[in-house]
Amino acid sequence: MERPEICKIKEIVVETPTVKTFILDRKFLFRPGQFAMLWLPGVDEKPFGYSSDRSFTVAKVGRFTEAMHNLKEGDLIGVRGPYGTSFEPLGDRILGVAGGIGAVPVVTAVEEFSRKGFEVTTILGACTKEELLFVERFRRCGELILCTDDGTLGYHGFTTEMLERLLREDDKFDLIITCGPELMMKKVVEIGRRYNIPVQVSLERYMKCGIGLCGHCALDDEGLCVCKDGPVFWEDKLRYISEFGRYRRDGSGSKKLI
Amino acid sequence: MLEIEICGVEFKNPVFLAAGVMGETGGALKRMAKNGAGAVCTKSLGLEKRSGHRNPTIVEVEGGFLNAMGLPNPGVKEYIRELEGIRDYLKKIDVKIIGSIYGRDPEEFSEVAEILEPYVDLLELNISCPHAGGGYGAQIGQDPDLSYKVVSSVRDRVEIPVMVKLTPNVRDIKEIAVAVVDGGADAITAINTLGPGMAIDIKTGRPILGNKFGGMSGKAIKPIALRCVYEIYSVVDVPIVGVGGITTGYDVVEFMMAGATAVQVGTGVYYRGYDIFYKICKELEEYLVENNVKIKDILGRAHEL
Repeated sequence: MERPEICKIKEIVVETPTVKTFILDRKFLFRPGQFAMLWLPGVDEKPFGYSSDRSFTVAKVGRFTEAMHNLKEGDLIGVRGPYGTSFEPLGDRILGVAGGIGAVPVVTAVEEFSRKGFEVTTILGACTKEELLFVERFRRCGELILCTDDGTLGYHGFTTEMLERLLREDDKFDLIITCGPELMMKKVVEIGRRYNIPVQVSLERYMKCGIGLCGHCALDDEGLCVCKDGPVFWEDKLRYISEFGRYRRDGSGSKKLI
Repeated sequence: MLEIEICGVEFKNPVFLAAGVMGETGGALKRMAKNGAGAVCTKSLGLEKRSGHRNPTIVEVEGGFLNAMGLPNPGVKEYIRELEGIRDYLKKIDVKIIGSIYGRDPEEFSEVAEILEPYVDLLELNISCPHAGGGYGAQIGQDPDLSYKVVSSVRDRVEIPVMVKLTPNVRDIKEIAVAVVDGGADAITAINTLGPGMAIDIKTGRPILGNKFGGMSGKAIKPIALRCVYEIYSVVDVPIVGVGGITTGYDVVEFMMAGATAVQVGTGVYYRGYDIFYKICKELEEYLVENNVKIKDILGRAHEL
């Protein structure tokens, strides 16, 4: 049944000044990169990636996420999912590029890949030191390269600049997976193409049904749905997603430039 | 073998995409067209942009889904750019475009109709959405006089065929069908979603839908849709497009026997995937071949006594 399953919040972890993790009272069978629709009764229902088999990690960015951040341990939320595609490993050496809250699906993927024996390197970026998410979890999976926009920790600059530097020295990666701001991901894809490394990206769009029916998250030009055909797309599919890095739609379906 | 004609418009097959499913963007319509639909129907469009109701806008129940999207759309003027991007391609693969529209009154309907007319093959007036509120949708379609006025106003202002989509949530659907045909409807689409209904989460005690109430679609409403088509066929002479719970070619045969010339598929996309249009057409064709009949032979057959 496509309806929310009510879960109790067992524990809330403050990850960064703007990010909290909500640990729930049940375990989910999900694949890294998949998402669920989280329902706050009386507020709204929005898509979020799983940050572990029993948690969601949410950045405070708007009305819904602010309401999430006001929740207390013991409060109830509805979970409908898991939905969508997932990150898939390929080859031997995998490179993760995560920006901001985009660290959520990437960390679950590199954890699984490293458990399965793949060699994992991650470039993790944030605007500033305090906002770097899941540093310890990433570190346990393999090499971790940190970047901050303001230079408060690690490389002073964008993840994509770090990616270029890294690949110039060592481009023997079999796969890049990425999640973060769309313009960052667009750059990652361009760099991946240049070095002939396949890329998987995780997209985000305004969602309504979450099950491929309403078509609200359908992408131009071929109508691929983020909720069903995504959120994780291989780079070759992006050739058919002309809006990637250009625009997205609001709740009415009206286009908004990225 | 599956070609049909409605109000002078020819369709390569009688299995169309229903309004409200995969119709928010041009890309989504194009995808459904590529999956074998004989025609695709836009999301219902109005004069102004609307975000619709808050989520959850959909919830599954026994036998189907409840939805209360709340007529989200970017407004007809912005939406026609979606159609500009796909209409040459749709023409090439011979898939017709139905423009679904809504309005508050006859004037608003007519304005939207005039703006959309150059971009679509037929119009479908949504006077049947059960959860829009504010004087839209079923609040019009439950009133024969108001329905008549809306249809006749639009009919006077456009040249292309006008279909009218009816709500089953009325005392006598025949009365409404006669009223819209008197008003000039060229065809009738039946039915819009049933109810509205509701679903409550028993752990929190809260209605699940953001709008509390939502229209019911899916397999469970098929017998009601079929009865509505049958009744409408018995009182008017215009073509009928059946919609409600259709998932197989055998369902289409049933609707045709009740009096539908064509059908629309919405929730069925969930049950059988985006290529449901191909699947249904194949099943329909198999039925026709096995029984050595044509569509015109089975149309309205259930009325012969």
